[in-house]
Amino acid sequence: MTESLKLTVDTHDDGLAIIYTEGYINNQGGEEIARVAYELIGQGRTKLLLNLAGTKIVNSIGISILIEIIEKMLEIDGKMAFCRLTPTIEKTFHIMGLAQYAGIYNDEETAIKELNG
Amino acid sequence: MQEITLTLPMLPDMELTASKTACAMGEHIRMSPDKIDEMRMAVVEACINAFEHSKARDQKVKVIFTILGQHDDPQGIEITVRDEGIGFEPDSVAVPEIEEKLRAPRKRGWGLKIIHGLVDDVQIRSDPKGTTVVMRKMR
Repeated sequence: MTESLKLTVDTHDDGLAIIYTEGYINNQGGEEIARVAYELIGQGRTKLLLNLAGTKIVNSIGISILIEIIEKMLEIDGKMAFCRLTPTIEKTFHIMGLAQYAGIYNDEETAIKELNG
Repeated sequence: MQEITLTLPMLPDMELTASKTACAMGEHIRMSPDKIDEMRMAVVEACINAFEHSKARDQKVKVIFTILGQHDDPQGIEITVRDEGIGFEPDSVAVPEIEEKLRAPRKRGWGLKIIHGLVDDVQIRSDPKGTTVVMRKMR
């Protein structure tokens, strides 16, 4: 009974990539996001937005892998943000302190504006 | 008193079974959707902590959901997550901080901090015969 995470990627010309998630972000889900994120970073993307509208549940192992991506983005002087989080996922990110290193926005438009700002 | 007991094998994503039960119990007592979500996330964390760290020989975790208060006036839900593993010393668990974790090779260890942040009360009892985490989420 494993729930696989589905990802969709939208790349923009200005170095921005948006990853859309659908499903449970557990360890496998986190690893899949990391694999895609590192591929995008390898292609020269320096701004990464994770749109979690399709994710209703996460666990701390999955989020720990997202912290690895944040670390990588800091290393390359890039920017990372999240949008469309459920109130509980947003609260969890605040409990963990992720908001200090990655922006959290209600909608994609605001997030893109901030990442490009 | 209304109670549901699950015995979960330590298999991938079994924590979601506990999460779904928490959701059903929360809806039953008309807890708000946001509070139900917080309770679900806390029970997921308690289960995966047991899966990952307990080293229980029976490879099982028992999860007991109890409605608090009177039948016609429920006050909240108590969730007990119990394993028969090797136990740990709760006071010796370092509270993770993001600044340290960003530099550390190991990014994990957030479970207890998340649980404490999402429910109203947490009690942890642990000894070499097992660990019991009791969480309460009030309506």
